[in-house]
Formats: sequence, structure tokens, C-alpha cells
Amino acid sequence: MQLARVIGTVVATIKNESLEGRKLLVVQSLNKDLAPSGKPMVAVDSIGAGIGELVFWCRGREASFPFKREDTPTDCTIVGIVDSTAHVTQGTSR
Amino acid sequence: MIIARILGTVVSTQKDERLLGKKLLIVRPINVDGSDTTGYVVAVDTVGAGFHERVLVVAGSSARLAQGMKDTPVDAAIVGVIDTVDVTSS
Repeated sequence: MQLARVIGTVVATIKNESLEGRKLLVVQSLNKDLAPSGKPMVAVDSIGAGIGELVFWCRGREASFPFKREDTPTDCTIVGIVDSTAHVTQGTSR
Repeated sequence: MIIARILGTVVSTQKDERLLGKKLLIVRPINVDGSDTTGYVVAVDTVGAGFHERVLVVAGSSARLAQGMKDTPVDAAIVGVIDTVDVTSS
């Protein structure tokens, strides 16, 4: 899983039946210092995240697991909202 | 999932029988601002997308989870036609 910032929304009226009713958000991955890293991705929202929020997301086949129907075709799903950046702490290296 | 633009079609007569009747399209990943990147992917269309449309492409084993794609040998599927992408900042 990786941390990301929700930076936008995607609207798609015509979509695969198994994606109906799902919210699509654009997420920008962040590195450990919470700076943007890599290209933005389109993620399916499973927990009710909103624009500007710090979230973590899951990639791959496991991304479809949060949904009741395990046949939701997604390889990128938001699975949690980080309470605040103050909660992202790093231990000191020895 | 990635955003991509449809560049063209692929016609294949001799293929795995589980791919019979499936439309194959060449798509190029694009940035959220609509600008092109490099490279391309051959993806199976599940929504009836057309030339030059912006679409959502799901990659990897999740592509098989789309409606009508059960047990098909694919690793990229078009699962949506994009109306708008609204990005506040990047």
C-alpha cells in the first residue's frame, strides 16, 4: 500500500457493469516525505474519501477485495484515510 | 487504473477461443491533463469505446474481473469511457 493525496475526480457514464455506482478519484502517490512521486492514477474509492485528503491505497488484484462483489475490476483502490499528516511519523534509523 | 486514449484497433482471427467476439483496441496511456505519454497497450474493450476516446484501463489480473471477462486470458481491459477528469492540483 502507498500513501497518496486525492487530487481530482473522474466522471465516466459508460462503464463496465461491475463498476456501476463506484466513485472514481485521481490520486497522486507520495513518498515518505509526503512529496508527490510518480504519475497520478485513477482509483476506486471504497471508504468515502474526498479531494485534498491524505489516503492510502492498494494496488493489484487485492484492490478488488474491499467490495462485496469480489468481481469489481479495479487495480487501484483507496482503502483508508490518514487522520492527519501529523500521524505520518517515521522512526529514526539506527 | 490508468487513463488512456484509443489509438487504433487490432484484428486477430486466430486467437484463444475465450477471446472470440472480444474487441481489441490499441490504447496509449495519457496524463491527467490529457497530454500523451509514450508506449501503448493492447486492451480488450468491455464498454463499446471508440476511436480517440479517453478511457479507463484496468491492468493485471483485475482485468479478468470485469463483467464478461471471466477466465479470459487478458491483462488489460477497458472498463469505462471518461466524460471528464477534474484535477484541482498535481
